[in-house]
Amino acid sequence: MLKVAAEIAVPVAIVALWQLWATNRDDPKFPPPSTILAKFQDMWLFSEFGTHVVPSLERIGLGFAIAVVAGIAIGIPLGLSRPARVWAMPHIEYWRAMPPPALLPISIILLHSIGNLQKVSFIAFFCLFPVLLNTIDGVRGIDPSFLETGRSYGLGRIERIRRIVLPAAFPQIVAGMRIGLSLAVIMMVLSEYFSSTSGVGYVLLISKNTFDFGPMWAAILLIGVLGYVLNLLFLAVERRLLAWHRGWRATASA
Amino acid sequence: MAPRLARDRIRLMLETRGIAKVYGSGPKATHALEDVSFTVEDGEFVCVVGPSGCGKTTLLKCMAGLMRPTAGEILLRGKRVIDPPDELALVFQDYSRSLMPWSTVRNNVLLPLRHKKLSAAQRRELVEESLGSVGLTRFIDHYPWQLSGGMQQRVAIARALAYQPSVLLMDEPFASVDAQTRGDLEDLVLRVREQYGITILFVTHDIDESVYLADRVVVLTHSPTKVKEIVSVDLPQPRDQIATKELPEFVNLRGHVYRLIRRELAPVTSVEAVPNTGTPV
Repeated sequence: MLKVAAEIAVPVAIVALWQLWATNRDDPKFPPPSTILAKFQDMWLFSEFGTHVVPSLERIGLGFAIAVVAGIAIGIPLGLSRPARVWAMPHIEYWRAMPPPALLPISIILLHSIGNLQKVSFIAFFCLFPVLLNTIDGVRGIDPSFLETGRSYGLGRIERIRRIVLPAAFPQIVAGMRIGLSLAVIMMVLSEYFSSTSGVGYVLLISKNTFDFGPMWAAILLIGVLGYVLNLLFLAVERRLLAWHRGWRATASA
Repeated sequence: MAPRLARDRIRLMLETRGIAKVYGSGPKATHALEDVSFTVEDGEFVCVVGPSGCGKTTLLKCMAGLMRPTAGEILLRGKRVIDPPDELALVFQDYSRSLMPWSTVRNNVLLPLRHKKLSAAQRRELVEESLGSVGLTRFIDHYPWQLSGGMQQRVAIARALAYQPSVLLMDEPFASVDAQTRGDLEDLVLRVREQYGITILFVTHDIDESVYLADRVVVLTHSPTKVKEIVSVDLPQPRDQIATKELPEFVNLRGHVYRLIRRELAPVTSVEAVPNTGTPV
């Protein structure tokens, strides 16, 4: 009952109040939800879906995938080797502390602005850090006796990484990926807003320049839904992949 | 020494020669092992006992090729052990940190077989057979953490057996299970030894357990560790938890080993008072 109230009744009430308030106010900057929804349906279902949503999703998907692969590939050796960490950590900490907008101009110039390359690299670069740092931490925290077991049974280095290091660190890697995914949505909007000819971020830019508030609110709504749905999908996958982890932790703490 | 093995000549399986292990250096150095030498014959069951903190785990890790001794050498069938040999499997004390929680029982047993040159059918057969011999066929698709402690240690034993080693090294494998389970597991080990004709080196701090299981018991001194005495156990086979332990020979041997170790626990001199809290890993 409470769950239904929290998940459905409260949002419905908020939208209803908003509808009342916006209709009453009659301000073009704040169109009522009914207008926004009509615009949302008009644009995203599905006349402009292909021109703007698909490119955005592609960029998120590609950038995120590159970040995950690179983060794990760099993070595992760093997690396993203390000397490598000593050398690499200051650099990682430096770039991780860099605010993304600070790199936007240089990335636009170096990577020729409009194309996908700039946006995908921009997303990948900033999604990398949570995955990388969590991989390093996860690998460092592996109980050495798991690795010793692998070694005593003659597993080679690659086998040990594949069968022991990766699964053992996976819960933490996944936690980093989840942060990375939410960052990917932010970076997508940011890079598209500043240098693009397509994508939902670009829609924001155009509607700002033309003072067209309908599409702007429809884009805002879409970006929120996108982030929400991506997170839900991610959680569903995580629940399947890490079922063992919940069971194990429950018995370990019992 | 190994009465069940009717062989013309008894072959040497394992040999430790003058093993020493020092942790650290200078005045802070910890001399875990000073000079440990003994042999294990093919098919023999040898237990190693010693006062706590005498470096039993260190010794076993050296024998398993997981750790280099500071001095001395270990020979497996005459070949020097440098890396973990294929012919040898290790059962760790702490099963919860040696069975992979992300793998089912089947995949845990399969883990060391994946890189062996075997067909898929052979692998499956080895996994099923070894789990059958420890009585866990029904739990093949469970996760280890869904099983009791004793069952988890049986999975670890099955994994070692499936690896088809000549030698099984066991590091206080039953230290963290209750007494009833412990007796069952001791008998299980005796049974699989029979079934697989395997050589077993079994480290324990439990004197009863060592005498009950072994053909010979290697008694160690406290740290810095040497071999105090090697005791032959000529108790009739097969052993029985009640009947064997009632035999006067069992009681005598148990008392003898106990006295050897208690003497080791007598007041220590300054040299021996080096703090030694178990074995650094």
